[in-house]
Amino acid sequence: MTEVHQGRLETPFYGRFKAIDTLNEWHTWNGYTVCNSPYCADLEYFAIRNATAVFDLSPMNKYRITGPDAGAYLNRLVTRNVSVLGPGRVGYSVWCDNDGKVIDDGTIFHLDEGDYRVCAAGRHAAWFADAAIGFDVEIDDETADVAALAVQGPTSWSVLTRAGFEGLESLKPFGLVHMELGGRPVMVSRTGFTGDLGYELWMSPDDAGVIWDRIFEAGELTGIRAIGTDALELSRIEAGYLAPGLEFLPADETVRTGRSRSPFELGLDWLVDFTKPNFNGRRALAEEQRRGSTWRLVRLDIEGNKPAHNAYVFPRESRSRSDIGFVTSAAWSPVCKKNVALGTVRQPHGRPGTTLWVEIYYQREMHWQRKMARATVVEGPFWAPDRRRLTPPEPY
Amino acid sequence: MKKYDVVVVGAGHNGLTTAAFLAKAGLDVVCVEKNDYIGGAAVSRELHKDWIYSNCSYVCSLLRPEIFRSLELHKHGLQITPYGGSLTFMQNGDYFGSYHDPEVKYREMSRFSRRDADAYKHYAADTQRQCRFIRDFLLTTPPDPTSFHPRDLAGLLDIGKRFVDMGEDRMYETLRFWTMSVADYLNEYFETDVIKAALSGSGIIGTALGIHSPGTAYVLLHHYMGDVDGNVGAWGFARGGMGAVSNAIAGAFQANGGELRTESGVGHIRIRDGKVVGVALENGDEIDADTVVSAMDVKRMFLDCMDESDLPSHFVRKVKEFKIRGSSGKLNIALDGMPEFPALPKGSTLYSSDMHFVDSMERMERAYDDWTDGTWSQDPYIDMVMPTMNDPTMAPPGKHFMSCFVQYCPYEIDGRAWTDEERQQFADTVINQIANYSPNFKDLILHYEIRTPSDIESQIGITEGNIFHGELTMDQLLFNRPVPGYAQYRAPVSGLYMCGSSTHPGGGVMAAPGANAAREILKDLKYANTVPENFGDD
Amino acid sequence: MTERYDAIVVGAGHNGLVCAGLLAKAGKKVLVLEARAEVGGAAVTRPFADGFSVSAGAHLLHQLQPRVMKALGVRIPLKSERMPTIALSQSGDHVFMDEQTAVGVSDQDAQAFTEFMEWSDTFAGFLNKQLMKPPPRLGSGSFNDTIKLARLGLDLRMLGKADMRDFLQLIGQNIYDELDARFESDLLKGAIALDAVTGTHTGPRSPGSMITWLYRLCTGGHVSQPAGGLGAVSDALAERAEALGVTIRTDTPVEGIVVDNGRVVGVDTAAGRFSSWKVISNADPKTTVFGLVGARHFESTFVRRVHHLRSKGNVAKLHVALDALPEISGLRPEDFGGRLLVAASAEAVERAFNPVKYGRCSSQPVFELSFPSVSDDSFAPAGKHVMSALVQFAPYDLAGGWSDVARADFHDAALRVLEETLPRLRDLVLHSELLTPVDLEAEFGMSGGHWHHGELGLDQFMFVRPVAGAAQYRMPLEGLYLCGAGTHPGGGVTGAPGYNAAQVILERERSR
Repeated sequence: MTEVHQGRLETPFYGRFKAIDTLNEWHTWNGYTVCNSPYCADLEYFAIRNATAVFDLSPMNKYRITGPDAGAYLNRLVTRNVSVLGPGRVGYSVWCDNDGKVIDDGTIFHLDEGDYRVCAAGRHAAWFADAAIGFDVEIDDETADVAALAVQGPTSWSVLTRAGFEGLESLKPFGLVHMELGGRPVMVSRTGFTGDLGYELWMSPDDAGVIWDRIFEAGELTGIRAIGTDALELSRIEAGYLAPGLEFLPADETVRTGRSRSPFELGLDWLVDFTKPNFNGRRALAEEQRRGSTWRLVRLDIEGNKPAHNAYVFPRESRSRSDIGFVTSAAWSPVCKKNVALGTVRQPHGRPGTTLWVEIYYQREMHWQRKMARATVVEGPFWAPDRRRLTPPEPY
Repeated sequence: MKKYDVVVVGAGHNGLTTAAFLAKAGLDVVCVEKNDYIGGAAVSRELHKDWIYSNCSYVCSLLRPEIFRSLELHKHGLQITPYGGSLTFMQNGDYFGSYHDPEVKYREMSRFSRRDADAYKHYAADTQRQCRFIRDFLLTTPPDPTSFHPRDLAGLLDIGKRFVDMGEDRMYETLRFWTMSVADYLNEYFETDVIKAALSGSGIIGTALGIHSPGTAYVLLHHYMGDVDGNVGAWGFARGGMGAVSNAIAGAFQANGGELRTESGVGHIRIRDGKVVGVALENGDEIDADTVVSAMDVKRMFLDCMDESDLPSHFVRKVKEFKIRGSSGKLNIALDGMPEFPALPKGSTLYSSDMHFVDSMERMERAYDDWTDGTWSQDPYIDMVMPTMNDPTMAPPGKHFMSCFVQYCPYEIDGRAWTDEERQQFADTVINQIANYSPNFKDLILHYEIRTPSDIESQIGITEGNIFHGELTMDQLLFNRPVPGYAQYRAPVSGLYMCGSSTHPGGGVMAAPGANAAREILKDLKYANTVPENFGDD
Repeated sequence: MTERYDAIVVGAGHNGLVCAGLLAKAGKKVLVLEARAEVGGAAVTRPFADGFSVSAGAHLLHQLQPRVMKALGVRIPLKSERMPTIALSQSGDHVFMDEQTAVGVSDQDAQAFTEFMEWSDTFAGFLNKQLMKPPPRLGSGSFNDTIKLARLGLDLRMLGKADMRDFLQLIGQNIYDELDARFESDLLKGAIALDAVTGTHTGPRSPGSMITWLYRLCTGGHVSQPAGGLGAVSDALAERAEALGVTIRTDTPVEGIVVDNGRVVGVDTAAGRFSSWKVISNADPKTTVFGLVGARHFESTFVRRVHHLRSKGNVAKLHVALDALPEISGLRPEDFGGRLLVAASAEAVERAFNPVKYGRCSSQPVFELSFPSVSDDSFAPAGKHVMSALVQFAPYDLAGGWSDVARADFHDAALRVLEETLPRLRDLVLHSELLTPVDLEAEFGMSGGHWHHGELGLDQFMFVRPVAGAAQYRMPLEGLYLCGAGTHPGGGVTGAPGYNAAQVILERERSR
């Protein structure tokens, strides 16, 4: 008898990353060891915005939902109307607990009639199984059975086409297509976490190495780079996407009352569909809609150039009044040349267009400083180039 | 003859804690102990040459960090080291391990059920929520729900507020949690028998109930709410054995001018005109003091050391009805080397974990059925640790001390005293169960000590050898502990106090009862409070 | 064809009939749909052998609440009232009990019994005040709930300091220790222990068995036998309901409760759809959620709670047609008109309980017996008799399943064990029938064959009965209500759940 593996798991792309890695900086993601940055996070970031960046998202949790009730099951599980999501389409949604608080967000891939895959950061085998009581569905955790690669950036379509993925030009955002590359099945979806043109490739772990090699061969002349999580995180903030654990905590893991967030409090009103049949959190959300929410997610454009990590948010410049919230993610955006942040503030504060103040803490040669900075609440993502939606994409 | 401000009866960790805080406040305190060693049930004893035995309590997590810090126990030699994991050997040759590393723990659970592995976070969050609720009450005196005194009303209001703050759904969950059996509680999360069996042990340790008995879910908290350096639920060893805890508190007590007298068992507590005036020792000596604090369990304190006529009759009746059941025994073993466990791969970190040998819910419950039938479990639940894996100073190099906590083990066999033969059979039951999983175990045994509840009673003094000084059931918690109306550490005689584990918040090497009692005494004596408040957590 | 009603009650159990009757009395147009040919649910009298009949579900009337009867204007003729309880001993030294006295025990025990019953009555009185009102919600912040909670607190304070302290302590206690502290007679302890745990999944040593004992007392404490059996109670309720304008359709199983746009709109049957904005389910919560409505119409946390609702029955029903009454030394023929208990001691009850924890039957079961034919000749041909017994414990989920062999084995074991106390019993048997929890489930449609529609434990009590979020008779689905034994205050032929459900529904209408 041997013990379960005591260290961190390796993804199907681990060897490829290890081969190009120069910094040896890794961290744990969902039990796997993944690269923070293989050589230089700044350069990796610009691969996302300028050329093609390849990111290993194999550690994402993947659940296959099948069976006669699969569609009805998902529709009860998530806040969005899944019944309008046809085969070949992908939908972003959140799912909530009984109190209407977000447990996680994720993408639902309608692979084939009645055959779905849910992809999420958190582990949900138990929640999904509990939610399946009374439904005729089968739920398989295929996290380890599916390798996944994000290929993102303005030249990503050209690179993939050159690699042999033909016909992707007609794939619209949030579409998916089943393809083959040298006889190896690959599901390609036009999805991503960067806010730019990009695709995600889903394949068998056995084929992972070969497919990686084909893509890198094809991209060699157009500046393809493998990137780590540091670069991705920066593009994620620019795109204004939420990160579980930062913008919200999974409601099924919070111990303290009031630390979880509803979809409304995360600016995801558009994901809550009261016209569809019953879903988890519906009653509480309807009540919240009537009564008003406690928190609001804000996207902040902050004056100056000092990222507002962990900053408190105030309604006025004077700190004598108590804070109304805090920053959850912050970055200097190289592509927008803006000091941006996501944060959570108490309602009614934080309406788009209003001005708030953040107290920024920064260190200069050992000494900590603090500074009040004006922050404008903006609507929508900081970075949303038209090319992300363009179909067919521009060739390079 | 010298008159003291306070006599504390019993130098267990709670008695010493009360004594230390009172001495710190400037009172002249003497702490008397019947044995020739201090510590009560938190002791380190050299029962086999060069082997230090933690022969009663054997692990430490509940000791309140507020008390540790306030009494500066590190200056008196106390060092607590966390240890990792637990392990349940299975009858089919497999095992289920609970690893310190959360990812490895997850992976191991997934080996049995991915769903259970994911459900663990729900279980942990829901249980932590209950821990948080109760933890804030550990260092407080329970309010009396029948009283209209402002302090009680404020206390009740505080409990009510914390309860309401949980939100409606979680209030219902809390009501259910307090009244459920640990088996039903686990059934709501997990599907794998061995995982449930492994987790259910914490619901019955030290308790004369089975895993299917309502109320046992709460007992989980007494094993989960402790922490080591903020790692909630973690358990640790005291370096040098559990006696290090008592010795450190005694050190703090003496550093504050307290006087410790061993071999001074109390014969009775002296009462005159309805007031306490001191104690009379078994050797005939008398000690005068206007305040007497007893760390003994309430049955021993009131029924053995006092005249019933000095106490209200309904109080005496309630003390008699107080449930303090012998339900667990111990086997402490000196080993010539490391036992082999063929089921467990060599080099596994689980060698230094808690080991168990009962792999199903049915076996857990059947162990209890034996106890209700008046005998020890034939297939007992054993919580086995080798502290020497983490603290090599407790035995010579390469040798080990093994502590086996055994449940269930009755105070009496079928209503009569244990015979020597039965004690030996009990030991054999335990040794054989371990030997089933460790072929060389028996050969390594150099010495062992058998501790049935009646042995614990006769040596430590705890009635029926109950490790918690009274069952931790709903009817004996909070304002019901030890007796409704007397849960605020004051006995029904002026100047007499209780500070042992029979009082809120109950047993375990927590020192909270001792600290709470000290706070009440200082209030009555109009001395400045020296007892720390909860660190709090929000 | 669609007919519209103000309310549709699914299931013509006694609670359903009470609820329907009260709604009709308030002027509502009410339809009751019953799957079986006769009304009554588990309160029913039916033949089980040629010329012999029996109250096939509940067999004695403990607790029908006077307020229910008064509100409906129903009177139930009783054949025997305040039946004595007799704890049978194999040696013939039986213990005869009524609500205050015990005969056949030592003077000390007799006095202790009287004290114990008085003491118990104090707390039963407090509990009784909680029966006929819906439990308040906790932390809802509503004025109404706050008042109700304050009222509960006040009732508690009204007990006085000493009794309140006792009560707060005894909630969590077991009956075993209390009996041990008070009595010496094993037979007496066995009888009370059995009564404390009857119908539950607990042994006398289980914490919480004290509250189930008080709960039994709080609904009246005395036992009677209605003329014509329990079925006559249902018939009387049905007759009264019809007189108040309720339409009762038997042989009309409800195939499903229809939900549209997040609310209940009616029910579907083979006879078509019946429309109503209110559907009140007399079925147990599991059947209601999974069988009638469908899990998808509820949120998953709620479904999970209902799924985990503990509702596996442990009681088997034994019906025996006897050629004559058995001869038991020390027992006069008229004593058979009482309630006879067979449980030698509290330990015997605990030992009988132990096997069901592992999905096995008691090898030495304990019994509550009644001989309805002694006082009511409608049950058996002249000179012959009927014995109806609650046999404990027999698990719903028997390891290996309830095969014919398993059923026959337990049937035999029950008769054999009974014969130890009722000599030559088996020679007198003309016919006998054993209903396991699985059979009770099949016959009465109660999930798990549990007569409380869900275990009556502290974790499924009052505020959390049947589950959190549905304790006020309203399900978390607009228009759907519960009125069966699964709700507060639980099973037994009390009428209280039906009464409370009707109050909630009418109160909600008024407040609109």
